[in-house]
Amino acid sequence: MADYKPNEMMTIAASRALKNDDVCFVGIGMPSAAANLARLTHAPDITLIYESGTLGTKPDILPLSIGDGELCETAVTTVPVPEMFRYWLQGGRIKVGFLGGAQIDKYANLNTTVVGSYDKPKVRLPGGGGAPEIATSCGEIFIIMAQSKRGFVDKLDFVTSIGHGQGGKDARAKLGLKTKGPTRLITDLALFAPDPETKEMAVVSIHPGVTREQIQENTGWPVKFAAKVAETAPPTAQELEVLRELHARTARAHAA
Amino acid sequence: MARISSLAEAIEASVRDGDTVAVEGFTHLIPHAAGHEIIRQARKHLTLIRMTPDLVYDQLIGMGCVDKLIFSWGGNPGVGSLHRFRDAIENGWPQKLEIVEHSHAAMANAYEAGAAGLPCAVFRGYVGGDLPKVNPNIKYIACPFTGEQLAVVPAHRPNVAVIHAQRADRAGNVMIEGVLGVQKEAVLASKRSVVTVEEIVDELPARSLNAVVLPHWTVGHVVEVPGGAFPSYAQGYYPRTNSFYKQWDTISRDRDSFLAWMKANVLEKGPEVFAEHVRKFRAAAE
Repeated sequence: MADYKPNEMMTIAASRALKNDDVCFVGIGMPSAAANLARLTHAPDITLIYESGTLGTKPDILPLSIGDGELCETAVTTVPVPEMFRYWLQGGRIKVGFLGGAQIDKYANLNTTVVGSYDKPKVRLPGGGGAPEIATSCGEIFIIMAQSKRGFVDKLDFVTSIGHGQGGKDARAKLGLKTKGPTRLITDLALFAPDPETKEMAVVSIHPGVTREQIQENTGWPVKFAAKVAETAPPTAQELEVLRELHARTARAHAA
Repeated sequence: MARISSLAEAIEASVRDGDTVAVEGFTHLIPHAAGHEIIRQARKHLTLIRMTPDLVYDQLIGMGCVDKLIFSWGGNPGVGSLHRFRDAIENGWPQKLEIVEHSHAAMANAYEAGAAGLPCAVFRGYVGGDLPKVNPNIKYIACPFTGEQLAVVPAHRPNVAVIHAQRADRAGNVMIEGVLGVQKEAVLASKRSVVTVEEIVDELPARSLNAVVLPHWTVGHVVEVPGGAFPSYAQGYYPRTNSFYKQWDTISRDRDSFLAWMKANVLEKGPEVFAEHVRKFRAAAE
């Protein structure tokens, strides 16, 4: 088995969640790495969409921001930002939204707005950007986040983007939402999926070499484990090679 | 009617103390040179609108030009925080900054409504989140046909829009290519506008029949500022200088190093420095 880092396992596990015929709205950072790894390995025909309006983009390097020239040059078409949010996102044409966040709770609600109170924040984060409506308009949501007690919290300081609200089977339906919300949470330690009844995110697969105790130590609520917990398949040599080459190309390009 | 002028003249005539100003650009074509001119002319008490306030808004905020910010994502993309923006919100330095916070969908819809001459924008948004609790300008309306509850926000109607584009012709018709953001909407929603361009040409080049062109009679001032988007980019002219976005994290982290940088690179310089920044790319293209 090849040597790899927990972050690489996370990105690779996240990339496997995407399918060749998916249409995916991609957040910047880790979601973008996972989505492009999927495109460069098992999902060459996947449609990747960034909120800058680039539809069906195939960047050779990872963009530093959501509107890098590389995204536009390799896209099928680039639409104005109002059209992006109205026709494509709100219009219900996007199957998967891929998000990250600063804080998440057990129902996969996300905070990217503030740590502390809104009026007197301890840390002012960038804010919601596209996420509040990505979270409600995409068919389903995948979330990728490295685990820590600071990020995986019992109570969010601010709900920027809704996941499964306060939990329960009809939590989203009660808000008038018809989309599924978060169906997968991929971390550096494990894979989580919502419990069908409570919608609490439960561990369904543990990455090789990781213990249940480690997962609990890095989570701010008592972690639920599904009845059947699998072991995540380790990265293949090909997955690792493609991911590392992608990061190396990106680092060279961003240094310019 | 478009008027071709110098940058100093365009900002002097268009941006006034207390104005609501949209200096727009979505990663691409961010009008940094024009933002610097607003700082040099020491405009005060501005309300700034922008979907993605980044470095140039960090600079305007840190130099004390801004009372209020209407926005949806305030960060240094792919790098981290905007330190001057955070210092203003968290510590009130150099002055208190009032914020009005939206999502991207709301901001994009609000610009489109402004361009369309509507008082407000209606969309399906903000469901389940906390932003409506902290922004009283997010309201709801029932669809008169279906009863569906929809979000409503006021249209953006800035006093002035400031954008950067690739080219204008001598009449002032402005052509934009690549990632378009909300720049066309921002200009059409505003009473006045300043458009900086990479070059002013005799004739706009061969283009798609549906190319994005702002006709000269919709534009205020047009100013030729080669490199005027640096460190952002101008598709077809020069790429994004990602390394500067990373350096800005260090420059802006500390108040003194920020002020020293602004003095040396903005207050004591003019728009001509932008051509220097991108000279190597333009030389390579010719």
